[in-house]
Amino acid sequence: MNRLSLQGIWKQYPGCIANQDIHIDVPQGQIHALLGENGAGKSTLMKIIYGVVKPDAGSFFWEGEEKTVSGPAQARELGIGMVFQHFSLFETLTVAENISLSLPKDQCKDMTALSQRIREVSTHYGMSLDPERYVHTLSVGEQQRVEIVRCLLQNIKLLILDEPTSVLTPQEVSSLFLTLKKLAAEGCSILFISHKLDEVTEICDAATILRNGQVTGTCNPQNVTSTEIARMMVGSDTPLTENYKKAEGNNIVLSIKDLSFKSEDPFSSPIQNLSLDVKSGEIIGIAGVAGNGQDELMRLLSGEELADENTVRILDIDMSQLNPSKRRELGFAFVPEERLGRGAVPDMSLADNTLLTANHRGMIDKGWINFNAVKSYGQNIIDKYNVKCSGLNAQAKSLSGGNLQKFILGREIEQNPKLLICSHPTWGVDIGAAILIRHALIELRDQGAAIVVVSEDIDELYQISDRICAICQGELSPIENTGDVNIETLGQWMAGQFVDSEVLEVGSQNV
Amino acid sequence: MSNAFSSSLEFIFPFKIEKRPSDSKLMSYLSPLIAILFTLISGAFLFLSLGVDPSTALYTFFIMPLTDVYGWTELGIKVAPLLLCATGLTLCFKAKIWNIGAEGQFIMGALGGGAMALQFLESDSSWVLIPILIAGMLSGLAWAGLAALLKTHFKANEILTTIMLNYIALNALLYFVHGPLKDPNGFNFPQSALFSDSSLLPLLSADYRLNISLLFGLFALVVIWALMSRSWIGYQINVLGEDSAAARYAGFKEKTLTWFALLTCGALAGLAGVSEVTGPVGQLIPHVSPGYGYAAIIVVFLGRMQPVGILLASMLLALTYMGGEMVQMEMTLPKSLTGLFQGMLLFFLLATDLLISYRIIRIKKSNVPSDNAITVSQG
Repeated sequence: MNRLSLQGIWKQYPGCIANQDIHIDVPQGQIHALLGENGAGKSTLMKIIYGVVKPDAGSFFWEGEEKTVSGPAQARELGIGMVFQHFSLFETLTVAENISLSLPKDQCKDMTALSQRIREVSTHYGMSLDPERYVHTLSVGEQQRVEIVRCLLQNIKLLILDEPTSVLTPQEVSSLFLTLKKLAAEGCSILFISHKLDEVTEICDAATILRNGQVTGTCNPQNVTSTEIARMMVGSDTPLTENYKKAEGNNIVLSIKDLSFKSEDPFSSPIQNLSLDVKSGEIIGIAGVAGNGQDELMRLLSGEELADENTVRILDIDMSQLNPSKRRELGFAFVPEERLGRGAVPDMSLADNTLLTANHRGMIDKGWINFNAVKSYGQNIIDKYNVKCSGLNAQAKSLSGGNLQKFILGREIEQNPKLLICSHPTWGVDIGAAILIRHALIELRDQGAAIVVVSEDIDELYQISDRICAICQGELSPIENTGDVNIETLGQWMAGQFVDSEVLEVGSQNV
Repeated sequence: MSNAFSSSLEFIFPFKIEKRPSDSKLMSYLSPLIAILFTLISGAFLFLSLGVDPSTALYTFFIMPLTDVYGWTELGIKVAPLLLCATGLTLCFKAKIWNIGAEGQFIMGALGGGAMALQFLESDSSWVLIPILIAGMLSGLAWAGLAALLKTHFKANEILTTIMLNYIALNALLYFVHGPLKDPNGFNFPQSALFSDSSLLPLLSADYRLNISLLFGLFALVVIWALMSRSWIGYQINVLGEDSAAARYAGFKEKTLTWFALLTCGALAGLAGVSEVTGPVGQLIPHVSPGYGYAAIIVVFLGRMQPVGILLASMLLALTYMGGEMVQMEMTLPKSLTGLFQGMLLFFLLATDLLISYRIIRIKKSNVPSDNAITVSQG
């Protein structure tokens, strides 16, 4: 008997059909992957299962019985737990206090007993967790454990995980997978949403693939290749393999010289004596573990923070003291890491968000907005970059992550920048959008722009960078042609060992 | 929070407040109407407790002032300053600059403009109005400029500074009407000499007191609306208010925009102030404003920062002033009912605005709270 079975689920939103005649069966103890690009309808389906959204049509069978789930509370009573991509934890409370907030009241009267249970459950599933610690002191991976343990304390039968690995380090991912396998072995069913095909083939027993709100295939990931799954996700007309020729740069566009910076914010990491030249027609990839000064470097380049004089030059003009819009006039463009709440204003329309940075391209006439220019520029982005949305009037926050990223990238690239800085260009973006984004970057490079890409996705950096380096604690590693740097070396650089190895070399020469 | 207490509360009041998936647009327009309805109901109970017939009192308060042309022109006199202050405040509030200082800027406008008018007591040229109005606007602008300086240069919270500046402005006015600007032939009353006729704003009709300040207000409303919806600086102000990180990313000059919003608001409130003393008042007195600067805050939020909404809301708030006077004259009830009604309006509006992002649902038998939910016991 299937634990969960959905039959013919339909859900329509104004302007789009999110789910169209969806069938899914999840037996007891199965790890079931739900795959699909951004906007394919995965989130809607999850919300339907968890009772957040009501389907327009279709039946919901739970352990063989037809049910209607009227809300998350009822879903939890049935034994359904969900870990959202964005955690809902109170940072100023302890682990135990956070968990007690979501438990029935009679279960959390005795906090010592609760702490004891948290310890037992977390140890049992191999996720060590100290109930007395405050959430703000936990790493992202540990916070996710809190969310999972919170579900496990409630007699769980189906655990839904929405892109659980996107925020984890490789070590954390493998320990999460151990936990999930153990859970499944004990009979808990797991619905696993992901973009990363290698993960799906690693742990999932079954997969359902969605595209444009429809099921386009089901398979056993153990028996098919990642390419076959990818083909079902993106459809037949998108090229899957990416092989980009490496290029060599010409004249220097961006020159960073002896850049040091210490922010007033005690949590930011300082930039130390950083130098880098970026030439036209090349992509420089900067690898690094998050929080090693990438964000500060990006802000110094974009002008959101100002650097010391003459440390940052574009085409031999000192731009270290210029504000972001002045830098844009010199041919600078920037795709920030945060799409909503920096790269785009969430509550504003795409048309208004076009104006945010593309405004110097004939959209302002004597202080008044030329709405026709805004519309044609914005519509061009939507068409050219295949942005799925209900139109230029759609609010930025209504777009899926990948589509919003395509929009922001399109907005920046269409300004024909001489220098483009790109922070995590395909983070949390589906395969189809990621291919389109990388392709657009390569095309811009071939037109002669200088590009800097900061990313935690090392495969991606190897794929698109012509030269590669790493940042660790605000210091930059040596910069080499991508072909000359093997992944072990890059890993050492990311761990900050570039200084040591140089010292060693010098030392050995002396001997 | 004790569990016994919260379960008994759930028993008495089996509802909880849950976040909506997305903000309700309908509710953002319904909310002011519900607030007005609650205000009327509470007003009825208030009158009942004062021992008067609620329907008569509400009629006297809200309808009777508008039963003749004179009433409507008097309404216009009060709409004008509310509109001028409210349009300026809209600019600030859109940028999320919480300027509570329209009252002080209004008073400084009245004082500065009035002081200028006193220089022209003997003049019969109609041109004198121009320096008087400019003096009023500049005084309001300078007062708002103080708040802008404190905010941009010293990072002082504008809510606190503008409120404090209101009291300084009021005391400055009191000092001048008790001292340097007191009418020498005024039997020591704390008021200035009457302005010359040429220093008074032209009337729209010889039979009524309504003057051209209403046109200033309507003009300001149109200009600010155009600015906010069509101009580059208005767009930047919107972005700054919606998402300051995006404004920094785009390179908008936060300080310049802050100065612009506050100074424009100060000038408009100053114009309202000088129009009041060169209009219905005709001289400087200790109480030039019945709280227009504060009431305008209610106007902005009640009117949803939309031009038509602001116009309607300013008429309603103007009516509360007339209603207060009317119940005092007709039913010998205290005039301070005006403030009570304004306060109730704001109070209920703030409460009903919760329903834009949240909804009230019945608690099911189950004890498990849902995601994103604030149970009543916790709230």
